[in-house]
Order: sequence, then C-alpha cells, then structure tokens
Amino acid sequence: MTQLLKIRGLKIEGRSDETWTQIVNGIDLELDRGEVLGLIGESGAGKSTVGLAAMGFTRDGCRISAGTVEFDGIELVNAPAATKRALLGKRIAYVAQSAAASFNPAHRIIDQHTEGPTQHGVMDKGESEADGIELYRKLRLPNPDEIGFRYPHQVSGGQLQRAMTAMAMSCRPDLIIFDEPTTALDVTTQIEVLASIRDIVKQFDTAAIYITHDLAVVAQMADRIKVLLKGDEVEEADTRTMLSAPTQAYTKSLWAVRSFQRPLKPDIPNDTVPVVSVRGVTAGYGSVMVLHDVSFDMHAGRTVAVVGESGSGKSTVARCITGLLPPKKGAIEFNGKAMPLDYRRRTKDQLRQVQMIYQMADTALNPRKTIGEIIGRPVEFYLGFKGAKKRARVEELLHLIELEPKIYVDRLPSELSGGQKQRIGIARALAAEPQFIICDEVTSALDQLVAEGILKLLARLQDELGLTYMFITHDLATVRAIADEVVVMKDGRVVEQGGKDRMFAPPHHPYTDLLLSSVPEMDPDWLTNLLAERGVDNIGDAAVDKM
Amino acid sequence: MNLVLGCLAILAVLVAAGWGFRFVGRMSGRALFKDMELATAFGWMLLVFLAMGGVWLFFFVPAAVFFRWAVQGFIVFAIMAFLFRLLGRNVGPNGTRRLFRQMPLTASFGILIIIIYAVLAIFAGVIAPHGQEEVFARVNVLPGGDVAMGGDPAFPLGTDQIGRDLLSRLIYGAQNTVGIAFATTVIAFLLGGTLGFLAATIGGWLDQLLSRMVDVLMAIPSLIFALLLMTIASAWAGSQQQLLTLYMILIIAVIDSTRVYRLARAVGGNIVVMDYIEAAKLRGEGMVYLIFKEILPNATSPLLAEFGLRFCFVFLTIASLSFLGVGIQPPLADWGTMVRDLSQFINFAAFSPLTAALPLMAAGAIALLTVAVNFVVDWMLHRSSGLKE
Repeated sequence: MTQLLKIRGLKIEGRSDETWTQIVNGIDLELDRGEVLGLIGESGAGKSTVGLAAMGFTRDGCRISAGTVEFDGIELVNAPAATKRALLGKRIAYVAQSAAASFNPAHRIIDQHTEGPTQHGVMDKGESEADGIELYRKLRLPNPDEIGFRYPHQVSGGQLQRAMTAMAMSCRPDLIIFDEPTTALDVTTQIEVLASIRDIVKQFDTAAIYITHDLAVVAQMADRIKVLLKGDEVEEADTRTMLSAPTQAYTKSLWAVRSFQRPLKPDIPNDTVPVVSVRGVTAGYGSVMVLHDVSFDMHAGRTVAVVGESGSGKSTVARCITGLLPPKKGAIEFNGKAMPLDYRRRTKDQLRQVQMIYQMADTALNPRKTIGEIIGRPVEFYLGFKGAKKRARVEELLHLIELEPKIYVDRLPSELSGGQKQRIGIARALAAEPQFIICDEVTSALDQLVAEGILKLLARLQDELGLTYMFITHDLATVRAIADEVVVMKDGRVVEQGGKDRMFAPPHHPYTDLLLSSVPEMDPDWLTNLLAERGVDNIGDAAVDKM
Repeated sequence: MNLVLGCLAILAVLVAAGWGFRFVGRMSGRALFKDMELATAFGWMLLVFLAMGGVWLFFFVPAAVFFRWAVQGFIVFAIMAFLFRLLGRNVGPNGTRRLFRQMPLTASFGILIIIIYAVLAIFAGVIAPHGQEEVFARVNVLPGGDVAMGGDPAFPLGTDQIGRDLLSRLIYGAQNTVGIAFATTVIAFLLGGTLGFLAATIGGWLDQLLSRMVDVLMAIPSLIFALLLMTIASAWAGSQQQLLTLYMILIIAVIDSTRVYRLARAVGGNIVVMDYIEAAKLRGEGMVYLIFKEILPNATSPLLAEFGLRFCFVFLTIASLSFLGVGIQPPLADWGTMVRDLSQFINFAAFSPLTAALPLMAAGAIALLTVAVNFVVDWMLHRSSGLKE
C-alpha cells in the first residue's frame, strides 16, 4: 500500500531583510491513511510551516527550496496551480488556530460550509447543507439544525472551532491539517473539541496532522508524535513509546516542564493583616454586574491564584483592585486601610504599591520606546532617580530579570522574543518597588519551556523581595506550580477558596472538580477514560450550559 | 465602425500574442510561466504594445511635442534622482549613507525635488533675475529669448500682460505658495492633532462636543466654505494684503484641521485601548505625558502619511483660491494665480508649444511637488512601520 503523504528532505526558506534564511532544515515525514501524526515544538520550531507545506503551500515570504511533498502519488511542490486547486479543500483540508479570525464575519456559517463542496462539484448546495447539519450533529454541536444559519459572532469560540472542523470534513478529505485548534480555548471547552475531533477523524478514517505545543493534548490525539526544534526533527516515535521513553534530551526537558513545583509555605497566623483584601465587591459594566459579592484576602509573600474560565470575572477583579473599574459595592483594602476605589483618586504612593503584569506583552510595552525608557520611566516617576542613578537602577533591574543590560537596554520591544518581552513587563512592575503585583495570565501566551522560566523567575523574585502576587490564570498546571492559595471563580462568584494542598485534594466543589479533571494529562488513555467516566453524551450538554 | 473593428482586431492579436508568449515561456520551463493566467500574459502584451506606441509617438510624430517633453523630463528626472542617490551613498556621514543605501529611486527623486524647491524658495531673491513686483516696459514678450520670434534674452520665459518677468515670478511662487501651504498644514496638524488625541483619551462629553463641531464644519463643502470665509475676511482686512494672507492661512488651517482631527481621533482611539496606555494611566501619568510620550510616537506613521497628503490638498486649495482671485493677492507671485492669468496661452499650442507651456509650467510646479512629497512620505511610512506594498 502506498503512503498517503510522503515528505522527503523538505527545506523551507523565509525572507527577512532581503536575504533568505532557512527555517526548515530537511524534514522527512510519512503518513498512512487514517493515521494521526502529532507535530510538536515551541513557537519558531517550524511546525506550522511544515503543516502548510504538506499542502504544497507556503506563507508569503517563504519558499520551498528543496525536497518533495508527495500526496497520494502526486508531487505538490512544483505542481501547477490547477492541480493544487483540485486537491485543496477537497482531498486536503486545513483547520486554523483561530476559528474566529478564519470565518468571514459577514456570511453565515453554513454558507461558508457549502462553498467548498459546491466549488469542487462534490455536492450541490442543498445536499451540502443537509450534510453540514449531519456533521454538526456528529460533532455534538448544540442545535445542529439551526446553528449553521447563525453568523460566526453568534456562536462561542469552541463551537466555532467545531464548525470549522465540520467545514474541513465537508468534502470528506483524505488528510486534514489541524494547526493548534484548541490553543485559544478554555480547558473545559477544549475537552469537547478534542473529543469531537478525535471521534470524527476515526469515523471517516481520515489521516491528520495535528500541530500543537501542548504535549498532553497531542498525547490524546496522535498515533505517532514527531518533535521539532528550530526546523530540525528531534525524534519521532509512536505516542506511547514517546511518552514513556523519550530518547533525546530536548524531548525529556519538554516532558519535565510540568514537574516544577514550589514547596508549601507554613500557614498564615490568624491575626496578620492581609496586604490586599477584597471585601464584598460587586462590580460590572453599565447595568450588567460581572462580580457578585466577591471577597478574599492576599497575604504578604504569598501567591494567590485566581482560577476560572473566560467570563468568570477573574480579570474584572484585577480591574477593581487596580481601580480601573470602581466597584459598585464593597471595598479594596491595602494593609488594612481602605483605598480610594477610583485610581484617579489614589495617591502616587498607593498607585506605586499595586503593579500589574499583562497577558500580552506585545500590547503592554510601548513599541516605540526602548527597554531602557520603558523600565526607566517608573524609576524616574516614582523614585525621582535621574541620569546615572536611573541608568544604574535600570541595569540592576535588568540583571534581576536575567537579561544582560548592555545588550538589551537600547533595544525596542519588537527586537525581543515573547519570553523576553514578558520579562521586561516584570521589570517594569518591579521598578516601582511595589508590595503587590497582579499577574494577568502572564504565561498563557508563551511556550511551555519559556513559561516555566517566567514562573521560576517570579518565584525567585518573590523569595528575594517578599512580593505578594495575585495570579490570574485558567491553567491549573500553572496554579499547581506557583500558587500558595487558590480562589476558584465562576460567573462572577467565588466558588471555593483555600490553600493549594486543600484545593488539589478531594472533596471539591463540583465546578472545581470539573476544572481539575479537564486538565489534559500525559496519559494517552486519559481522554478516553474521562469521557467514559463522564458519559460521552454529557460532554455536548456541558457546552450548552457550562454547568 | 472601422474604429471598432480595428480595436477588436488589435485585441485579438494581443490575446493571440499573449497565448504564444506564455506557450514559449512554458517551453523554456521557467517557474514564472507555469501558473500564468492568460489575462496576465495579455497584460504583458498590452504593455509591450503601448510601449511600442510610445516609441512611435516619440520618434515619428513631429506634432507630439508635449509627449516628447514629458518623456524627456521623466528620463532626466530619473537620471538626476539616480545620481543624487549615488552621491548620497558615497558622500556624507555614515548615517545618511546607510539611509541612501536603502532608499528607492522614487524617494531620492522626492527628496531631490523638495531640496530644489526649498533652495528656490529660500534664495528666491538671489536666484531670480528680477524682482517679483518689477514691471518692465515690454509686455507680452514671448518665451524662448529668440529676438526674431518676438522674444528677449533678458526674459527667458517672457513677460506677462503688464510686463513682469515670468521666470522670476515662477521662482518667487515657490516662496509664497509653498511657504504659506507649509505654515497652513503645520497649524492644521497642531490644532487637529491635539484636539483629536484629547478627544480619544478623555472621551465622553468632550469627544462628543468636538466631534459634532467637526461634523458641522465637514458638512459644508470645503472650497465653498473657504470662499465664503475669505470674502468676509477680505472685508475685515480692507486694504491690508498681509492681514488677508494671515486670515487665509488660519481659515484653511481650521477647515483642514477637521480632517486631521478625524484621523487623530481614530488612530488615538485604537492606541488608548492598548495595555501600555493602561499601565501608564495606572502609574498616575498626566494627560500631556500620555498624549505626547505614549500615544504620539505610535501615531506618527498615519499622521505622517496624512501630512503629505494634506500638504498637497492645502497647496491645491490655496492655488484654487488664488485662481479664483481671493487667495494670495497680487503683486505677490503665486502659481495658482499664474495658471489663471496665463491660461489663455494654451490656445497657442499648435503654433508655439513653448508659449502654451507657460501655464503648464506653473501647474507642473504644483504637480511635481505634490508627487515628490508623496514619494517621500510613502518611503518614510514604509521605513517606520514596515508597511508592506
């Protein structure tokens, strides 16, 4: 039997500053019919580029410089456009990372669904619509009969991702390329999408390339795993072998990331005054209340993780504490004293004590300012340092975040990597010499290895400077790694709170239980077991009412 | 009928040529031809056809004087721009050398033209052979300086109806028209930019108030509005010409600042929602710091592009107002007025192309600067924002 996809010695070059640099250095890849291959690696490893090249396609500014891509006996690299047109969409389909950005917001979902089959002459519009509804049902979308007749903004992110999978399935392709389809989703939504993708791929015996940076996810989906690093293949093996016995050091380091954990701290004496306490806060936008009577304390030198799905109000709590969104009811106390609710009423010193680190370092750093200016501004603004004294302090701060001052002080944010940018965000917060720092999903946009570095840095800084962190996240692995106490939020209410050891040990609140059990584990049978445990039919319902 | 048939025949020949071109290309096995559409091949053939037409017009049609001048001008300017870039690459400090090394030809052309205009404007008094207000005895001297044809070597471009040297007035025009347009654009940007950023940052009622006021101003056709205000202003200014010029600068600046306001508000609105603005607000920074240190540096690219375009529009507005007789007042020389005064010469195109070119020279001076400014702005945009295409 011939293989479905055969890539030999694939080299891809990318164009930057008028020169071509190689970004994929000779990858071999084989895929049988009905087989799922997981491609994993950090960002910049070339996994998306390889995935696209499997369709004979490269992004603008890239070109395939050597190697062959053979799909079912057809050479794709030098194939004329007409040959590719006949294959793409019909026999090879692609599911992109952000479904929200990939659907055209001006057309109904089903109209976009039927476009492929009608263009390729597989079905007429009516047949394709009926088939689409059937696929929606198979993918366990709620209201399959009518969901397709909505516009993309009228359905949730997880549902849109499944609608896109249905769209890829519309011509019953032989090969689907999934490019990080669940990265942008919450853990609880992710499970539903993973389960439905896995089922439908099995059902139609479709081969798939599953690209992701999340090992636990790929462990559930793939038959074989290939690890990439900077355009080179590190190793390849079937999933079970890869998970139990990786041979390469790099793969082992990827596997080990999740093991970082801080020692438990002693209990806090009852009479200590918390650094920040949120007391009975009710807040919202306009007349819609997002938070309902939220209260919790944060003590000196501790990390409090605030956990919940998107929409649970965890970022809104942060906005209330910083004073960007003055609560309707309740109080924010700092060292036992009530702070003005609006940040404009706070004194410079009160502003200095509460600092924030943002999720997207890209938008949190002014792209037109050098690193020295970004970190130097709070030093000058709060502490009044000028000239040489300011420069010395900036260098000290850069040392603190483990970046070499001489190299980085005059760079612009665009000249840094994602992890380095996040470090600059930390340095800017530290420059104000605060007691309390809010970390809003600081690691969720980063690769695992980089994220681990940031978490270790934050932990070290806490030990050295006695900082208090409020750590907003939806990733429970992060919570396990860094938190001392955990606050679980859902629909603007605190569902459960307490020390980390208590939170990760049963009995849980049912919602905490759902969150905990939804975190993918490295065990390839985890998803199967979990679905059996929950009963497959409930998965779809969970999407509708989210418990 | 014959014309239609002829066109169809040419079209058919071009399509056939395109097909043949592509076929030969494919035989040669180059990647470029592999996925070429027939329409693309047809486009290439059309281009070749038009180029051939141009060559034919240039060499074999004696009447196409203006076309020949245009082609010659184009080639001369291209060579000048190339030499200028070559000069910049090899002379001067390292910084400018590096700048010139990455510069496209269009940008070096633009910079060259702007430098020439600036030199002309600043040193008009030295360069121009006569004063802009000097009236000579000989009126309507023809250009070319050929005595037999009715010219005079002392006036290379001739004199106008009341005996003023046209070359001198053309040079002084740079000073007046460009200077006034530049001042007007700067004022419009200071006004519109500041208010726009304020509206974006503060929002609420201030935004509403300013935006509705701008809406009202924008609802009135700008040229007619400017004409109306200029009529009022000329009554106020009475016989003081300088005061009238000042009024004109202010009037055009205010009218144009509405467009700048719109842009600044929209761009500012996108920037104020960024996290780094939130971080600066939470730091306790004041409004001035926010606008000038955080927002402005990120808004320079679109504002710069708008500056180039706005400068040209202001320039054209002034020229139009002058053309209509309410702009820059005589005896100050100005290109818009010159186009109006000399416009009837265009009727002599068949007999004396040089004479007919007189109004075109003033108009061309405007056009050239407009193109040059936009070339430079495009290039700056490309550099500052990494804007593609």
